[in-house]
Amino acid sequence: MLRLLSFALLLATWWVAATVAGSTKLPPPSAVLAVTVAEAKSGALFLHLGATLARVALAFTLSMTIGSALGYWMGRSRLANRLGDPWLILLLNLPALVVIVLAYIWAGLTEVAAIAAIAINKLPTAVVTLREGARALDPSLDEMAKVFAFPRGRILRHVLLPQLAPYIAAAARSGLSLVWKIVLVAELLGRPNGIGFEIGVAFQLFDIPLLLAYSLSFAAVVLVIEAVIVQPFEQRASRWRLRAA
Amino acid sequence: MRLEVDIRSKSYTSANGKRQEVISGIEFALQRGEVGVVVGPSGCGKSTMLRILAGLDPDYQGRVSQPAGARLAMVFQEPRLLPWRSVEENIRLAAPDVAEDRLAAIFGVLELGAHRTHFPGELSLGLARRVALARAFAVEPDFLILDEPLASLDDALAARLREEIATLVASRPMITLLVTHSMDDAVRLGDRIFLLSSRPARLLHAVTIDVPRAQRSNADVAALKADLARLDFSVS
Repeated sequence: MLRLLSFALLLATWWVAATVAGSTKLPPPSAVLAVTVAEAKSGALFLHLGATLARVALAFTLSMTIGSALGYWMGRSRLANRLGDPWLILLLNLPALVVIVLAYIWAGLTEVAAIAAIAINKLPTAVVTLREGARALDPSLDEMAKVFAFPRGRILRHVLLPQLAPYIAAAARSGLSLVWKIVLVAELLGRPNGIGFEIGVAFQLFDIPLLLAYSLSFAAVVLVIEAVIVQPFEQRASRWRLRAA
Repeated sequence: MRLEVDIRSKSYTSANGKRQEVISGIEFALQRGEVGVVVGPSGCGKSTMLRILAGLDPDYQGRVSQPAGARLAMVFQEPRLLPWRSVEENIRLAAPDVAEDRLAAIFGVLELGAHRTHFPGELSLGLARRVALARAFAVEPDFLILDEPLASLDDALAARLREEIATLVASRPMITLLVTHSMDDAVRLGDRIFLLSSRPARLLHAVTIDVPRAQRSNADVAALKADLARLDFSVS
């Protein structure tokens, strides 16, 4: 209820601001909604949203998988940590734009280059978070699993993953918000479709209603995914904690 | 089926860089069906010895020959349960092949029936200890290690759990090794008692108790304790 009220207040502020600033600079919500509906009817909105979401899904999965494995390895092995640490610091501090531009130069304006660039941007944060998780693993449970001769799969599923779950959730959450931002830049610079491309077009035409229509639709999708996928996963992972309290 | 232990030396480097010897000579053997009890002052290296026997620490001088293919179970000093799995899941993960009636029998003896679906965080320490015992027995081990399973429990509960351990140990032939610093536990549960020196641990005496466990009267227990106390103090 409070959320709805807060949302209504946002819309009202927007409306007032639009009246004050004039519709050329800030169109009122009704105008943006009309453009959104028109774009949705023509199918363009869904096409671009779909393209962006597919890129996000691929880059996110790729970087989470590789990043988690690398982070776990670096957290468990001192040698791996020493070898990987300089690379990690380099990647962490490399601006997203540099990675994207270099990827497009080296691999051409291709889908592979775009997805790789997004994945590389997110990779180091996943590595760092999972490395902390691997360092925090309880050695007494490792010993228990060893004494009772747990096979590898059982250790992974019942001993390691539950301990890593909060770290995986944190990496997923921060990584997802990073990917949402970077995917648009990658699309703006070198893709012929997607929300980022469409925002670039709207920018060149100074078409503010179109720009807002795509931005807000994208933001709405992000919110829904957060609420439907990320938050329930976090809650499920800490179910035993809630009951134990 | 026989466990032979001959640890000549075990040392480790402490945080300040000094080499410290923890064990300087422990040698004994146990037959199937026997309960060996290791008694020694606290901090003498008993837990280190158990870690070596459990295969958790390969860095020592000497030899431990375990029966080939022996199934191992261990009750650690802390319960070491998986907090994110229920009591029953904790047991089934360690013992996937345990039959339902066997599990029910173990739950019955340890009075855990009402707690099957609880998470370890919801249990008291005494209950969690019993779950750890249940897990060890559900495995149906050939070699069972118990590391002070009764420590920090009140006397009444410790006495009851001791009875339960005796019942479970008698229910199948296996090699059992129990570590305790309570002489009472030692003479009530053990067939053979190994007395260790203070750090670095050395085997001082190996005492065999002739009266079968089930037939030991309180008088026997008192007499045995008196004998052991004399032994214990005669060597410094």
